Amino acid sequence: MGDVIMPKMGDAMTEGRVLRWRKRPGDPVRAGEAIAEIETDKVNVDLEAEESGTLLEIVVPEGQSAPVGARIAVIGAPGAQPTPAGAPPTAPAPRPAPAPPTGPLQAEPRAPRTRVKASPLARRLAEEHGLDLSRLQGTGPDGRITKEDVEAHLALGPRAPAAAEEGGPDYTEETPGRMRATIARRMAESKLQAPHFYVTVQVVMDDALRARQQLNRDLKEERRVTVNDFVIRAAALALRAFPNLNSAFVNGKIRRFRRINIAVAVALPDGLIAPVLRDCDRKSLLQISEEARALTERTRSGHLRPDDYEGGTFTISNLGMFDFVENFVAIINPPHAAILAVGAAQPRAVVRGGQLGVATTMALTLSADHRVTDGAEAARFLGEIKRLLENPFLLFVDAPQA
Amino acid sequence: MAELTYRDALRTTLIEEMDRDPTVVLLGEDIGLYQGTFRVTADLLERYGPRRVIDTPISELGFVGAAIGMAMLGLRPVVEVMTWNFSLLALDQIVNNAAKLRYFSGGQVEAPLVIRGPNGAGVQLSAQHSQSLEALYAHIPGLYVVAPATPAEAKGLLRTAIRGRNPVIFLENAALYGMKGEVPDGEFALPFGRAEVVRRGRDVTVAAYSRMLHVALAAADRLQGEGIQAEVINLRTLRPLDVDTVAESVGRTHRAVVVQEQWRLFGAAAEIAASIYEQAFDQLDAPVERVTGADVPMPYARNLELLAVPHEEDIVRAVKKTLYKA
Repeated sequence: MGDVIMPKMGDAMTEGRVLRWRKRPGDPVRAGEAIAEIETDKVNVDLEAEESGTLLEIVVPEGQSAPVGARIAVIGAPGAQPTPAGAPPTAPAPRPAPAPPTGPLQAEPRAPRTRVKASPLARRLAEEHGLDLSRLQGTGPDGRITKEDVEAHLALGPRAPAAAEEGGPDYTEETPGRMRATIARRMAESKLQAPHFYVTVQVVMDDALRARQQLNRDLKEERRVTVNDFVIRAAALALRAFPNLNSAFVNGKIRRFRRINIAVAVALPDGLIAPVLRDCDRKSLLQISEEARALTERTRSGHLRPDDYEGGTFTISNLGMFDFVENFVAIINPPHAAILAVGAAQPRAVVRGGQLGVATTMALTLSADHRVTDGAEAARFLGEIKRLLENPFLLFVDAPQA
Repeated sequence: MAELTYRDALRTTLIEEMDRDPTVVLLGEDIGLYQGTFRVTADLLERYGPRRVIDTPISELGFVGAAIGMAMLGLRPVVEVMTWNFSLLALDQIVNNAAKLRYFSGGQVEAPLVIRGPNGAGVQLSAQHSQSLEALYAHIPGLYVVAPATPAEAKGLLRTAIRGRNPVIFLENAALYGMKGEVPDGEFALPFGRAEVVRRGRDVTVAAYSRMLHVALAAADRLQGEGIQAEVINLRTLRPLDVDTVAESVGRTHRAVVVQEQWRLFGAAAEIAASIYEQAFDQLDAPVERVTGADVPMPYARNLELLAVPHEEDIVRAVKKTLYKA
């Protein structure tokens, strides 16, 4: 007989929500089989059974949250009696997030565990209606959520914004979902704490695009290399030479990462997330391409694992798929020192040798943390990326230093 | 049904029980010749003579001890203490003998006696004559503690007390003696440990006993005018305490206010509130509020005495607090 506990899927995770039970009480389960889908701040993850047996009891129903380490279900021999609720859960130590063998984990500031304040009755009503209390604003003392608050929320229907009534306010309000709330918190933190400065360069992409074309001619459609793969590889090689940009400003110290793990921002319907490609400086363009594709697919299908989005050291955000986006400026993904924003590669008028000509150019904008680095260094770093992309064969060899 | 004062309801019950059962005897200071300090025993000396209506010296320890002895040997004494404040002199007899005799004797000896008298404030008798001491007695296993709020209850509970086989602490209230109310005729009796829902309401449960019941009802009237329906529960007895009725009510109203005239710390309201938390935790939408007397010796001055006991506005305020409307 074993308790299924809410796993710790990341440094900053304090609680998770059960989105869906894939098994019902009485169902047989095999070790390693996905039995539930868990929503964390960042992604939805499949929870796998650690032992085989029968799912005896579901302790935390769908839609409910539970703190890390809390018992959420019981697996045991068929017909066994689960220990009654209320018995102290024998929570094994939460599974630590797999750490890369070298290099510290992403040092995301820990949010203090804030307990939702609610009256016992409000809690019970929320449970009955599968309502996540953390989405409610309490009107009681110190923000205590009361019966009235829960009923008012339920009266709105499932996340239905109230239609503006006659004489009511002419706006609707909605409590952001977990992902939106996380983005809000982290981005505000970044903008408030990290003094951003920005440097933009234009990269001529004709040679890189030609190289990509030749490469893709021999590859099956599903293995085609993207412009972003080129940018990832170029940035990774450039970061080797500029360790300050592969760092984090943490507790008054500059933490330089030994590995180059590039987070790639992926847009989702209700936000975005930046899963991580590890050791990009030591992987070929094709390897990067394959891993990036797999990661993007996992992200979109909601099957990211915690180690997919932990431990990044630098972020790339690409809006090139919108061919009208010339350039844009990104907010640093804390605690990184920098983020690279990639615009669309488009044919543009350029001046070469006093002559007006046409070239395909792409704007790269680096947002960097002034506590760690300065404009001149950022310019040299971008210059290196530019050099690599404009001489794409350098991307296929093992990172010659300029 | 007859309309009687609280005082006459008690006196009538004493007469009925003394007529019915020759073992019922009365003891106390000034209950005979003087007709009783609060006239509860008026004319009874003439009716039953000095062998059954015994004027005692000022000696609480002595005459309560004597009554316990009488009870052990087969009589059913009803002892009057001039006020419950004076019972402190007899505390040892009550706690160490009356309450424990059945236990000490392995069930062979019992002490079926009633000790009755006024408890509480409100008639300007000052700090040594106005204390509410129910918590002291309700704390003791082996005692029954009863606090009637109306003439009908005075009759019904006194009859049960006299006919019972255990020592009963019967708490009257000086401010209630003159109160009139409908009292059922005949051998009307009320069980111990059964609270009464006096008034139905959906918004909050207000539990009270003795004189505070009337203050709670007045508060409920005032709340009604503001659209708040208070359910008022009369506890009637503190030991045994009918928590189930209160918890069941809280299950419907999701809020509770407990009212007592006595001091706040370690009072009956604390016990009741704790029981509500134990039995109806998931039903509560707000913390249980206590409305209590001030933690001071009872002042003699009228205006200060009024300040030291709970009033309907205190209950109204507590109710609104549980509704987050304060």
